[in-house]
Amino acid sequence: MRIRVFPPALLALSLAAWTVCAQDQPRMSLTVFAATSLTDVFEEIRDAFVKVNPDVEILLNFASSSTLAAQINAGAPADIFASANDLQMEHAVDAERVKEEDVETFAHNRLALIVPTDNPAKVETVENLSEDGILLVLAAKGTPIRAYTDAMLSSYDAEKGGDFRARVIANLASEESNVRQVVVRVALGEADAGVVYQSDALGAVADQVNTIPIAERHNQLASYPIAPLIDAASPGLADSFLRFVRSEEARVILAAHGFCWPAILGDAEPMEAPPEPAAKSEDGDDAPEVECDAATSKDG
Amino acid sequence: MTQRQVKTDKLLAFAISAFAFLLLAAPVIVLLINGVTSRAWEGLPDSATILSAALLSFMSTIAVVCLAAVLGTPLAFVLSRYEFRGKRLISLFIELPIVMPPAVAGLALLLTFGRRGAIGSLLADAGIVIPFSIVAVILAQFFISAPFYIRSAQVGFSSISAEVEDAARVDGAFGWLMFWHITLPIAWRALISGMILSWARALGEFGATILFAGNLQGKTQTMPLLVYSIFERDINAAIWTGLILIVLALIALSLSQWLARAQDKMT
Repeated sequence: MRIRVFPPALLALSLAAWTVCAQDQPRMSLTVFAATSLTDVFEEIRDAFVKVNPDVEILLNFASSSTLAAQINAGAPADIFASANDLQMEHAVDAERVKEEDVETFAHNRLALIVPTDNPAKVETVENLSEDGILLVLAAKGTPIRAYTDAMLSSYDAEKGGDFRARVIANLASEESNVRQVVVRVALGEADAGVVYQSDALGAVADQVNTIPIAERHNQLASYPIAPLIDAASPGLADSFLRFVRSEEARVILAAHGFCWPAILGDAEPMEAPPEPAAKSEDGDDAPEVECDAATSKDG
Repeated sequence: MTQRQVKTDKLLAFAISAFAFLLLAAPVIVLLINGVTSRAWEGLPDSATILSAALLSFMSTIAVVCLAAVLGTPLAFVLSRYEFRGKRLISLFIELPIVMPPAVAGLALLLTFGRRGAIGSLLADAGIVIPFSIVAVILAQFFISAPFYIRSAQVGFSSISAEVEDAARVDGAFGWLMFWHITLPIAWRALISGMILSWARALGEFGATILFAGNLQGKTQTMPLLVYSIFERDINAAIWTGLILIVLALIALSLSQWLARAQDKMT
């Protein structure tokens, strides 16, 4: 039997292919795992950071915070983790992937109820969500946005009673794996309503969805903690990115996307007085005027 | 070429083959070992979730196979018997979902059958909303898996020589009668093999389903969607569900291969 299909040349070829693929990157790179709701804002922050540090490459990986925490705890090679709530960051701390003292809250967000612009189910208030036949889409259990949403619904429930929360959940048509998918479902008009972050309602879909105000006393204050991973490939680079995220320049970007920052916590970078958090109010008349306020904070 | 050279070449071929096999088989074996050593079946906090996903997967995939048989058999027959303009293009379109990224398929389905979609908006006017329902699950699975059946059935029909059918025709068989008494008895292995293959593909369908049908326990959450939804909360439940899917896929694949071999021997 003559086997001539695998001459050593083939091995050489595959080795060559291997080396081409595994070629060293000429630049320093930093991998950032960030919650989906940070997609737009982190892309902009990356661009601003790279403009100042042109020899640095920032790789962004977006998914729901719970997915990211699971990936990080399974050993995914990340340098920085930005979560949409404290719980998922705690998971990373518990798994000894992040040092507790390194965790810092860098931004806040509020909830928003969105409907398609043609509003097929005529949802005008949060209370409407308990009516029969509404196709409601929420993020899946375990994601930060869902935890905040459940807390918000419970708050309404405590006030209104009558199984309000249960009746809302009965209208659930789908549980999306992250908040951006909720946004898309509503923007496409497949769902009648969805609960997302205020920043999502201001994003690229702003002209495809309407925002319905959530009463201030029921709304939740979402916290975004950020931290370097213990085994970050280049701690120095991670540190300078983290400092940039807390800089004035990044705060302007955050504000433009509907985020606000924890002035109330007092541990922010020693910066000048931050600009007003009410961003983009001129093109969002129907957007609720929500500001970060310690009095409405219900998480913990 | 010397005997020695042939021997090293052979050795090299085997070494690379072994490596390739390991690359393909190791993840499945590791998952299996992981499930057994961590006793994934114990302490499942939420077996009702797995049960409802299994039931949904079972019902939807059975519906898909029936649909594939009813709609796909005539299609495969036409494609294997008749020549007409544009046949190649039609075949191309039918087989496209096999290589199409499922997420793209889901997007296409959504744009077609979604509430604002080309056909979906007409249906919505009539009060029929497909997304977020089991109908959407079946449609997504059908779109991705029916081509496997059609392809297999086509091969089965083509393997029947013209003489056999000519002889039958001489004996007075024609049309439906001929199909029922001659074609089907000869080609049934290929048809069943195709059904099993498309069933297995439908069972594993993920991308098109989650995009088009959404993800809700008891309604559209099939087993692959469950694996995706719970892996970060309950890795054991994810492993356990994954193992069930792998075992079912293994059984389906070996059955299908066995039937295909039997068909080859027949013809």
